[in-house]
Amino acid sequence: MSRAKRDLILYVNGDRFAVSVEPRKSLADTLREDCHLTGTHLGCEHGVCGACTVLLDGEPVRACLILGVQAAGHSIRTVEGLAGENGTLHPLQQAFWDNHGLQCGFCTPGFLMLAAGLLESADPVTDDKIDDVLSSNLCRCTGYQNITRAVCAAARVMRQ
Amino acid sequence: MTGSGTGPWVGRSVRRLGDPSILRGEGRYVADAIAGQDCLHTVFVRSPVAAGVLRAVQVPAGVWALTAAELASVAGICPTMDRPDYVPVTTPVLASDVVRFVGEPVAMVVAASPAEALDAAELVGVEIDRTPPVLSVADALRAGAPAVHDVAFPGEVNTVVQGTLTTPGFGDIFNAAATTVTVSSGSARQSALPIETRGSLADYEQRTGRVTLTTSTQMPHVTRTGICTSLGIPADLLRVVAPDVGGAFGQKMCLAREDIALVHAARQLRRAVAWVETREENLTASWHSREQQYTLTGAFDPDGRLLALRADIVADVGAYSCYPVTFGVEPLMALSELPGPYALEHYDVRARGVLTNKCPIAPYRGVSRPAMTLALERLMDTAAKQLGISPVQIRLRNLVREFPHTTPTGLVLDKASYVETMQDAVTAADLPGFRVRQQAAREQGRLLGIGLSVFAEHTGYGTPAFGARRLFMTPGYERVEITMDPSAGVVIRIGSSPHGQGLATTLAQIIADELGIAPEQIRVVHGDTDSTPFGWGTFASRSLVICGGAALMAARRLRQQLAAIAGELLDCDPWDLVFGDGRITRPGTESEVAIGHVAGFAYLNMNKLKSTSGSGLYAEAEYDPRGTFSNACHIAEVEVDPETGEVKILRFLVAEDAGRLINPAIADGQICGGVAQGIANALYEELVYDEDGNLSTASLMDYLPPTSAEIPPITIMHRETISDTELTGAKGIGEGGTIGAPAAVLSAISDAVTHLGVDVFQMPQSPHRLHASIQEAKQEGRA
Amino acid sequence: MKPAPFDYIPAASVAEAVAALAELGDGSKVLAGGQSLLPMMNFRLARPDALVDIGGLGELRGVQARERFIEVGALTRHLDLERTGVPGPLGSLLRSAGAQVGHLPIRTRGTFGGSVAHADPASEWCVLAALLDATMTVTSLAGTRTVAAADFFTTIFTTALEPDELLTAVTLPRLDESYRVAVVEFARRAGDFAIVAVMVACSVRNGVIGDARVCLGGVADRPVRSLAAESLLAGQPAGAAAFRAAADAAAAAVSPPADIHGSAGYRRDLVSVLLRRALERMAP
Ligand SMILES: Cc1cc2nc3c(=O)[nH]c(=O)nc-3n(C[C@H](O)[C@H](O)[C@H](O)COP(=O)(O)OP(=O)(O)OC[C@H]3O[C@@H](n4cnc5c(N)ncnc54)[C@H](O)[C@@H]3O)c2cc1C
Ligand code: FES
Ligand code: FES
Repeated sequence: MSRAKRDLILYVNGDRFAVSVEPRKSLADTLREDCHLTGTHLGCEHGVCGACTVLLDGEPVRACLILGVQAAGHSIRTVEGLAGENGTLHPLQQAFWDNHGLQCGFCTPGFLMLAAGLLESADPVTDDKIDDVLSSNLCRCTGYQNITRAVCAAARVMRQ
Repeated sequence: MTGSGTGPWVGRSVRRLGDPSILRGEGRYVADAIAGQDCLHTVFVRSPVAAGVLRAVQVPAGVWALTAAELASVAGICPTMDRPDYVPVTTPVLASDVVRFVGEPVAMVVAASPAEALDAAELVGVEIDRTPPVLSVADALRAGAPAVHDVAFPGEVNTVVQGTLTTPGFGDIFNAAATTVTVSSGSARQSALPIETRGSLADYEQRTGRVTLTTSTQMPHVTRTGICTSLGIPADLLRVVAPDVGGAFGQKMCLAREDIALVHAARQLRRAVAWVETREENLTASWHSREQQYTLTGAFDPDGRLLALRADIVADVGAYSCYPVTFGVEPLMALSELPGPYALEHYDVRARGVLTNKCPIAPYRGVSRPAMTLALERLMDTAAKQLGISPVQIRLRNLVREFPHTTPTGLVLDKASYVETMQDAVTAADLPGFRVRQQAAREQGRLLGIGLSVFAEHTGYGTPAFGARRLFMTPGYERVEITMDPSAGVVIRIGSSPHGQGLATTLAQIIADELGIAPEQIRVVHGDTDSTPFGWGTFASRSLVICGGAALMAARRLRQQLAAIAGELLDCDPWDLVFGDGRITRPGTESEVAIGHVAGFAYLNMNKLKSTSGSGLYAEAEYDPRGTFSNACHIAEVEVDPETGEVKILRFLVAEDAGRLINPAIADGQICGGVAQGIANALYEELVYDEDGNLSTASLMDYLPPTSAEIPPITIMHRETISDTELTGAKGIGEGGTIGAPAAVLSAISDAVTHLGVDVFQMPQSPHRLHASIQEAKQEGRA
Repeated sequence: MKPAPFDYIPAASVAEAVAALAELGDGSKVLAGGQSLLPMMNFRLARPDALVDIGGLGELRGVQARERFIEVGALTRHLDLERTGVPGPLGSLLRSAGAQVGHLPIRTRGTFGGSVAHADPASEWCVLAALLDATMTVTSLAGTRTVAAADFFTTIFTTALEPDELLTAVTLPRLDESYRVAVVEFARRAGDFAIVAVMVACSVRNGVIGDARVCLGGVADRPVRSLAAESLLAGQPAGAAAFRAAADAAAAAVSPPADIHGSAGYRRDLVSVLLRRALERMAP
């Protein structure tokens, strides 16, 4: 073994990706550069902003604080995997659109995946829980009001 | 929000047109362009010391790097102002013989991947002889202080811009006044902190020698001009493209030295070269803002009328001057706009910009206005207290009620609703009810406070206002080109460069109403110097006012062309025709024609028309307004934990008047985002340097943008005062949230702790600071 | 913000992990959840030559309940503990401390063992380990040894772990039903590391405090037990007077560091305020 590139398989949004990456490459960079899924963004690369949030085996994680090699064999979901087959927006995407939950849109994929991890988990979701979880990520544009509104609206839709 | 139906569109919360693709993760930000490109990657080697003489930069064999030595042919950046009290300072693209702040670029290293570029950058040796740094205004103004630049201002070595003004007869009024009140207030350094850092891709085209710079910018055309000036190349050799931009707030409007180096390297290497700033670089070496101190003395009559205002304003501008607006931007704006919404006649002011060995400043949302409004509003509160009247009363006695009103610095306040919005906000806040709750809470040992701020937001100003600043270039106008294709699809090309403000949607709403079509039929092309008319970009709450005005004019011209053809087809006077639902109709008749048919005719059957002036449907317009003031009143309700110094904002209220609301949801979005940044300024964010000039807050663990948990629910009310100064009736709204919030929050804190003998004037009121003030008051027995 | 190059060794067993650590020596590091190590590597503040990834060792994840104590596997995630079903006061303590570690996406990855090995003086798990006199189980090629919490945290970001040693589990005593516990911290924003963190666990019978444990985070180079406070609480009626005396004594006994978030004096005042509040809020 060495610092050289490793071959690995990632399962992203139901697709299988065979990639070859250096051990030091983050999952975020692997997704962006090797899987060509650039919807996962980087805003700090030290775990605070949450722009890189994706689901790993269904749970929200910081893709800047996971190595690509650590994700080998795991199932990953990114913002590109939210909409339906025919392009129908996921209830969260629809709610962000309807509630003006994005401005520049840079933080949006991270917030969508954070919220997807929460709303799609088996745990009951309360508004307080939503508030608590949404404080995980940073948005500089919206002042958060409409992000919270959108996620609460999506939660209502998804409960039905 | 609405997404379909028929017009009119203006005034409705139409869902934004481009959102679905961004929501699917299909946004194209600069790093996305880079990820898909075969290109070289850049890391800048930066100065680790705040001040020093650069002795040598050693680039080991095998590392490709540029240093100042290789950039001899590239001119530094030297924005100027045509005034004697501005000292021009040149920013070299890479530091040549002196380094002036930690983070200043010294060399540019290029390699096959970002990680390898970083590996290589670590091998570059930088030899610097340290010299004593100047790290505060106090340091910089001290007699015998080291000079940050070898440029002398008469008297003080580090003062590089100074504006003064005294209105005639000031002294007499000031000295004769019944009461004078002095406050000192200010703001720490802040970063605009877009979640997307800066970044660029310079792509070299072998065939033509042209470079396309895809860059996260607010100002593509000015960026092109700046880079070409430095490189000494014709503008046509550079195309600047702003892709999706992940927030900017001012940090992406000034020319980046990194971008000049990047274009130069792409031309040298004849390859694509990319740079994505790290968050650490963004905090240390992108632009800073806001480090200002104000000392205000107001002379009041016994009723609380502000008769005369004396102001001393100092801005710590860092080590260099930003292009194009210069380091005069903060002090000179403060000088000219400080009197705010108050009917002040006598004004005496000195505003200075002082160099330090810190990161240079550039505009950040609101520029000087957050700190300026804080100072003035705290003066009003303090005077009210001293005169025994309420904060509302003192404002009622001073707010401008007659329009237009000319301020002592010659600004003209157009029709607004300063008094009315304040009354709206105060009513909604239920002040009497709050006082009851406050008392009840205090009996349980809980400290609640309420505070308000009132301000005028200068927006949408064109060359007349910028001309008065005497910058070396005069920003202001915007051009819009509009075409309708043969199927009635509309494309507009604009020089503004929106990045999250929803401008494409609001412009489409305005145009849709003029042309009787749906917003979805309108495509807005922006952010590309090859395909848009020259324009100044998006900043200073200007785009909807100026670009929107130009779009309205252009759409009206296009409508005339359509009407002329339709008039002929329907055999009637074009002036009688009504546009709507995709049709042009003769009112009162069944006679109508589809706009698509008219558009087709204009291209395909021109020969059959008698009266038109040529084929096709194309119009353009330029708009260059004087400017307009939107206004608002903010009210914050806070709870202070006196034991920890922690402040929680319980409720935030905004009564806003931005003229006609083209899209209420988008307007509210701007306000909420602005308020959150204002709260950040008031309570959380502070760029701190240590005694050696290293930034102690170079990560988001130490620099603290608030999360949703720190931002309270925000309630917004609107008035729509239409003044005749702008075409669409819309006033700018981009900065107001940021401007009003800090003053409201600090005023609320003061209200909560005033019985303890504490009054707060400095931002941010971080817990340790407020705690210290409370302790100090206790020890001094002030309560 | 890209790490320096390193070798990556995914371990398939504890034996493999310790063998790799022994072979690679000083320059290698264990990679658990990566939530502290990878940020430091991204800043290039840490630059190990090799990472031994123990992330795949399922046997190290989870809580084993024994009669008198529980054993927390090193790879137990923060989120596992936030949701743990451990009964009694210890369960309360684990859940409420767990809920204050960073944010959800950090808690899904970060591990108890990683926190303890990283030894941030403000970390919830370090404070908890010191509060409860935890015992660390440590394995290397040379065998397995145990280290008491008091000996484990040596200074900031430094522990008694040798470079070739793997922390496999942490043993925590169960607290009987007489215990009242609380976690109170002060941070600037939701999810931030505490400026000062306070944890208490006091056995209270008939209104009188028996065993009293008070641990402070963020006030020294490691989590510190406040012996001053503990001795003023033990044997006293659980009430305002004892709480205040203990809080003041704890504050007087610390000499905290100063940084941009607060002076030493501010932190000292926070100790007094937070400890008083923690004692007031103690619950089973
Ligand atoms: C934004 C953010 C906020 C955070 N907030 C908090 C907070 O409020 N409170 C808090 O406590 N933490 C916080 N953390 C840190 C987080 O809790 C980490 O998960 C934890 O500190 C380390 O656990 P880990 O499993 O991620 O360890 P790693 O990062 O993998 O490792 C950390 C260190 O421990 C060593 N190590 C790990 N496991 C072992 C082992 N079994 N044996 C020997 N050595 C080992 C590693 O070699 C490394 O030196 C935060 C982190 C982030 C990014
Ligand atoms: S980029 Fe991963 S948290 Fe900011
Ligand atoms: S929408 Fe711009 S950062 Fe959130």
